[in-house]
Amino acid sequence: MVQKNKSKSTLPEKQVVLPFVKSIEIAIKSIRSRIFRTLITTMSLILAISFYSYIKTNSHIITGIFFSGDKIAIQTLSHQGYELPDEGEAYTTTPKERWILFLSLLVCVVGIVNTQLMAVSDRFREIGTMKCLGALDRFILRLFLIEATLQGLIGSAIGALAGAVISMTGSLIKFGTMAFVFVNLNDIVISIAASVFLGCFLSIVGVLYPALLAARMRPVEAMRGRD
Amino acid sequence: MTTATNIVRISKVIKDFKLSKTIVHVLKGVDLEIKTGEYISIMGPSGSGKTTLFNMIGGLDKPTSGSVFIDEIDISQLDAYELAWLRCRKIGYIFQTFNIIQVMTALENVTLPMIFAGVSDDEAREKGMDLLDIVGLKKRFQHKPFELSGGQQQRVAVARALANDPAIILADEPTGNLDLTTGDEIIKLLKMLSREKGVTIISATHDLKMLNVSDRVIWISDGRIEKIENRDELSISLGQIGEKWE
Repeated sequence: MVQKNKSKSTLPEKQVVLPFVKSIEIAIKSIRSRIFRTLITTMSLILAISFYSYIKTNSHIITGIFFSGDKIAIQTLSHQGYELPDEGEAYTTTPKERWILFLSLLVCVVGIVNTQLMAVSDRFREIGTMKCLGALDRFILRLFLIEATLQGLIGSAIGALAGAVISMTGSLIKFGTMAFVFVNLNDIVISIAASVFLGCFLSIVGVLYPALLAARMRPVEAMRGRD
Repeated sequence: MTTATNIVRISKVIKDFKLSKTIVHVLKGVDLEIKTGEYISIMGPSGSGKTTLFNMIGGLDKPTSGSVFIDEIDISQLDAYELAWLRCRKIGYIFQTFNIIQVMTALENVTLPMIFAGVSDDEAREKGMDLLDIVGLKKRFQHKPFELSGGQQQRVAVARALANDPAIILADEPTGNLDLTTGDEIIKLLKMLSREKGVTIISATHDLKMLNVSDRVIWISDGRIEKIENRDELSISLGQIGEKWE
């Protein structure tokens, strides 16, 4: 093959590319072949988001029952230990619930950061190789962000649905069909969507630092005797 | 080679590393010119600065002072984008530890540099298959790295290094992790490529068989070039004439 580098005394042009579709393809491949690690990362997200979604759905159901004005049902509520709001106000989560919620989300993010840091050091060699092949920092960053977004989407979708279903089943057992007569289904759908959104956000927040670390790594460091 | 242009020119390269408080002088002024199409072996004990010199040529590291020219472009002047482009298009890397990307198949590994270079999917696939054919792995294009032996992984690495028709292939102990026979095959493959494609091959090695196919051998010791031997001189000094692969 004839070399085509005869008159290249000009500086090379900037033309290294990684099309977005390709990034997604690589990210999916990476998730699929590291399914176990992905499951662990996703699991903490599923748990935290299902808790969030559970609390939210519960509060919608209780608000529904409370506004129904059904005396017996409201009595059941206070027997269950719910702090009922004053007349005309919506039921909101208690400070204690909010605090536990906050803690669970925090633990979830810390867990994600932790597993993603592991993932990065696991993939040192892979990242270094890609950089030797011409990958830019932002290719690597993008790969990690896409992976995290996909994990976030899947994990929080599962979590949000699970939380809502558990909450509804629980209410069904406690209050009977009355639980669903008064509830605003729209509210529940919105809170599921919010949970999914929150989950994606947390997943991305969790991967940000590890991904930056990976992207900034110089290829030399990646190549230096690590297995 | 009739084209006697310098593909690599290293001029007064000095490299220091800071280790806590002491400064280690790894390269102490290296001058070197490598012509297009040459097959060069770099020899030297570990700690001699061999790998550092290697990283300089590959644009993976920058010299403390002095310059490295690839195709008469001073690569220390390049920004991150241009360096990435250089790595992608001009240089092919082969590592001792193969460094095949584990999550991708053989073909995907080979096509990755072409994707970075902006080659279309179909074209990359076609060329990737051709390259796998050259290294004798066409039938295994669907295989993942863990389904391939060490020698086969290194072949994939060779094919990947060739993906964008680089001017230079940098091979850091390419036979270091392979048994004798497989190592031989990789050396043969590299020699064949250097002859048929006119690729400049620069390889760090301890493997004497590698020296036999080299046009020149550069001996490095203690951060300097100790001597440069041409092949004819080399055969005498090694006491064997390795024309087996000619």
